[in-house]
Amino acid sequence: MANALDPHAAIVIEAGGLDQGGTLKTADGQPLTRALARSSRRARRRAFLLVLPLLLFILITFVVPIGQMLQRSVKNDGFSANMPQLSAWFHDHPRGTEPDDAAWAALAADLTASAEARNIGVVGTRINYDMPGTRSLFTAAGRKARGGIAPPYRDAILAMDKKWGDPKLWAVMREAASPYTANFYLAAIDRSRDETGKIVQAPPEQRVYLMLFMRTFWLSLVITCTTFLLGFPIAHLLATLPMRKSNLLMILVLLPFWTSLLVRTTAWMVLLQQQGVVNDVLVWLGIISDSGRLQMIYNQTGTIIAMTHILLPFMILPLYSVMRTINPSYVRAARSLGASSWTAFRRIYFPQTLPGLGAGALLVFILAVGYYITPALVGGSSGQLISNMIAMHMTQTLNWSMAAALAALLLGGVLLLYWVYDRLVGIDNLKLG
Amino acid sequence: MKTMLILTTALCGLAVSAQAQNKEVNVVSWGGAYEKSQVEAYNIPFTAKTGIKVNMMAADNPATPLKAQVEAKNITGDVFDIEVSDAIRMCDEGALVQIDPATLPAAPDGTPAKDDFIPGALQDCAVANIFWGTVIAFDKTKFADNPPKTAADFFDTAKFPGKRGLPKNPKRTLYLALIADGVAPDQIYETLSTPEGVDRAFKKLDTIKKDVVWWEAGAQPVQLLADGEVTMATGYNGRFFDAMVAEGKPFEIIWDGQYMDMDMFAIPKGSPNPEAAMEYLKFATDTQQLANQAKWIAYGPSRKSSAALVGKYQDGKTDMGPHMPTNAEHMTTAVMDDPEFWADHSAELSERFNSWLAAG
Amino acid sequence: MALPKYASPLEKAWHYAYLVICAAIFFFLIVPIVVVIPLSFNAEPYFTFTSKMLSFDPSGYSMRWYDSLLTFGMQQPDAPRGLSWWADVWHNAKWVQATKSSIIIGFFSTVVATVLGTLAALGLSRPEMPYRRIIMAMLISPMIVPIIITATGMFFFYSNPCEPLTWIGLNPSCGKLAGTYLGVILAHATLGIPFVIITVTATLIGFDQSLARAAASLGANPRTTFFRIIMPLILPGVISGALFAFVTSFDEVVAVLFIAGPDQQTIPRQMWNGIREQISPAILAVATLLVIFSIALLTTVEMLRRRSERLRGITPH
Repeated sequence: MANALDPHAAIVIEAGGLDQGGTLKTADGQPLTRALARSSRRARRRAFLLVLPLLLFILITFVVPIGQMLQRSVKNDGFSANMPQLSAWFHDHPRGTEPDDAAWAALAADLTASAEARNIGVVGTRINYDMPGTRSLFTAAGRKARGGIAPPYRDAILAMDKKWGDPKLWAVMREAASPYTANFYLAAIDRSRDETGKIVQAPPEQRVYLMLFMRTFWLSLVITCTTFLLGFPIAHLLATLPMRKSNLLMILVLLPFWTSLLVRTTAWMVLLQQQGVVNDVLVWLGIISDSGRLQMIYNQTGTIIAMTHILLPFMILPLYSVMRTINPSYVRAARSLGASSWTAFRRIYFPQTLPGLGAGALLVFILAVGYYITPALVGGSSGQLISNMIAMHMTQTLNWSMAAALAALLLGGVLLLYWVYDRLVGIDNLKLG
Repeated sequence: MKTMLILTTALCGLAVSAQAQNKEVNVVSWGGAYEKSQVEAYNIPFTAKTGIKVNMMAADNPATPLKAQVEAKNITGDVFDIEVSDAIRMCDEGALVQIDPATLPAAPDGTPAKDDFIPGALQDCAVANIFWGTVIAFDKTKFADNPPKTAADFFDTAKFPGKRGLPKNPKRTLYLALIADGVAPDQIYETLSTPEGVDRAFKKLDTIKKDVVWWEAGAQPVQLLADGEVTMATGYNGRFFDAMVAEGKPFEIIWDGQYMDMDMFAIPKGSPNPEAAMEYLKFATDTQQLANQAKWIAYGPSRKSSAALVGKYQDGKTDMGPHMPTNAEHMTTAVMDDPEFWADHSAELSERFNSWLAAG
Repeated sequence: MALPKYASPLEKAWHYAYLVICAAIFFFLIVPIVVVIPLSFNAEPYFTFTSKMLSFDPSGYSMRWYDSLLTFGMQQPDAPRGLSWWADVWHNAKWVQATKSSIIIGFFSTVVATVLGTLAALGLSRPEMPYRRIIMAMLISPMIVPIIITATGMFFFYSNPCEPLTWIGLNPSCGKLAGTYLGVILAHATLGIPFVIITVTATLIGFDQSLARAAASLGANPRTTFFRIIMPLILPGVISGALFAFVTSFDEVVAVLFIAGPDQQTIPRQMWNGIREQISPAILAVATLLVIFSIALLTTVEMLRRRSERLRGITPH
């Protein structure tokens, strides 16, 4: 259908005509179908060329960097690059081989070389990821190995620390001897490998990530619900008021939308803190006593309130644009047929708002799942989301492989939701004010 | 279209002028009152003397961006103000420029730098500028008749009600829990080296976990106390001093179980302005500059020759001596930083700490 | 919204309750933005309304926090306020530096995002565009992907932009983009592009392709057609897209935290420091200025939207 409307096609149809054989031909005697195909190819190419610069731009500044970051979730050569001899030994000897003299000699040589090259800390850090508490084993050994290690290597190294004989340590080193590993993904779902390579649950004090994913999911759901509860009446009011009035009130929705995120977050800090405006008003009204001021910030409550406020316009706008198109005579018809106003709302009006509701809820949920700034500033420790954990691994513990693995899981979830959004709502229907 | 062109040209001009002053040095420090003391004591006289512009950047702990920048091979800072354990660890990893003590300025009486600095203040790759303590402070108005006195009181929310402010890191929380639990200051590291000791510290922290507001930047505990968000907080003694003396806040410091550490200047290898960085480091750790800093904040200078020059706060009436962490009275129950212990164990304990924190 | 005549007393009561609920929600939406404005004139370094402020005592109010925006970071803030004082402000005041950085980065990233985004939107709204859906999804994704993921990806890439080339066996060495204006501009352009695409394609939905054909049939070459016919019609969409892109850059802090150097300390970066360090009313003064700025932007966008609807013959219902 689109091709038939193409300007070139239109011109050739007029210029051409039926030839004797009955097939359509253009003026220069080519079969019409081929000319049409060529012309539509050209139009496709032209459209594509318009998009191409941006596509390349996004590929280079966005897709490639994220791919490069995600690569770190399966690749970490902190051990394999700096302990080449021991890594080679692991490569040559299958799992289950007891470390022999050659292995201990390789370990001694690598420790010495690594200590000289001042990268023993990197090696220890890598092993420490899979076996917490071992970084100091390597750095201490490195300090003692600066002058070289004398044979017999096994006894010399075990004399530094008995932990060197731990089969778990050797299993972990074997894992790390290959630069590619799935262990960071295991850790991201609170699992690890034992000596035999079997996947087991992490010890209780280290199980946090699944809990954080659950919390992120749960809080996003709560925020989606609160934005719905607050957004629905507003959107309905705006949609049913006369245009002039609703345009005026719409400004109250759009102004927060256009105001800096940091300004809004700061404002909530001002409002919610213990000596803040809300507590002051409540004390003044006598609802709470001065000593019983509410803790509404630096916890989940703070995250929920501030994020609801920030994401509310993303719920109101799609709801509003759907409600605008709902014909009020349906509800009137239902009422005239004897439905109560509640029934008319529930059976007639509400089902018609579902497309807007779906669009708004999905968008709010997607944005909430990946939120970082607001929980970081008002969330305290119980209001932190998975994004904050990624940031922490990026900037504080510097466990970048872990950050990448968590990011990959989060990204997978968000992309899935994005796909659902595209299926149900269509990206074209995304509107901004 | 024309206005667009003019705008573009103007903005290009702006961009160029923003980068025109090419003689500069980027210093990453801890922000707040501490940054102000460094600006007053080091930066302004340094720029006046050399014409080099100092860009001060604030970080919660400058070692964090330093490590990230080194790891990503993308170094934007020239001089970093970091703790001893980080200086040792990063020097061991070959990330920092070695500093020859012979090149540092001698004391006014001619004592060479290596004898003038307090032992430990000169490391292979870093030079200390101050001694500082992490201490407990409380709001006097909240505990008028029965003020808290010890680290154990900090953990006693029944007797001393209210929220507590604690730093979001293991180094300055675990020791306090152990002290409050009755471990002697000189036994801290021995205890923390064993899994049972670590468990003991976390168990003690568990008792107040729900009452803690965690802070990250040094200015936050002061703010939390001032806002009434907490009734007691641990923080850097200089920040509390600043709030008490300069802003007249009704705080009081408990010196029991203070955690004493040094801050050092270090220069990463591959920094953008290495010469200016070295010049700044030498200037800032000179006797007079170190003494001047103590006019602005209650931290002890790292040179013996500076200590003699420390007198009064910049208001001209407050004696600095009783506010210094190095005051003999404050040292009796102090826990000294053990850089080797933290260089080895901070990764493990941070991990455990963060999991513990995230879990609730 | 008027109540029908047949409404029962219960329905009437509910109707008024509903209006009260709506008023409360509007209050919730707007109060955080309004509350920072008076507090930024607080004479005291507190975040709450002092009794003097509540009794409208002029001494309870002051401009000191606005003044501190100029003096913070200056070499000699106490010098007499002559030409050299203002020069000091221009060169050293931190908030002034931050404003300069924000404007430079915002302007150039907006130009990049708008030019590339408009071209792409033109292509995307042609019916012949192949793989339209998937390409559109990809171009919008910077808005959907959590910013922390984008920022960490950019952190690694901008520190060493040549690293991905090693995957295909090349090993060139090149400079870095992190810590440069160019790096932050590219990052912000990426984040602003979805907004340009969304607004421009929305304008193009109502665009009558036959207008372009008419121009072509009357002898206009594609360039003339674009500038004389298409551009004026989609201009409101382009401008509001550009404003969105500018605001995105002007408000962005996470990418700046990860990739900017000391020279690119933007206003949000400075605010982030300020909020975490010490939330003095100076932050509220900045916030107030930003609120005024967003009111101006919102007005512009609303005017453009109405103009666009008029031009495209869409009448408000």
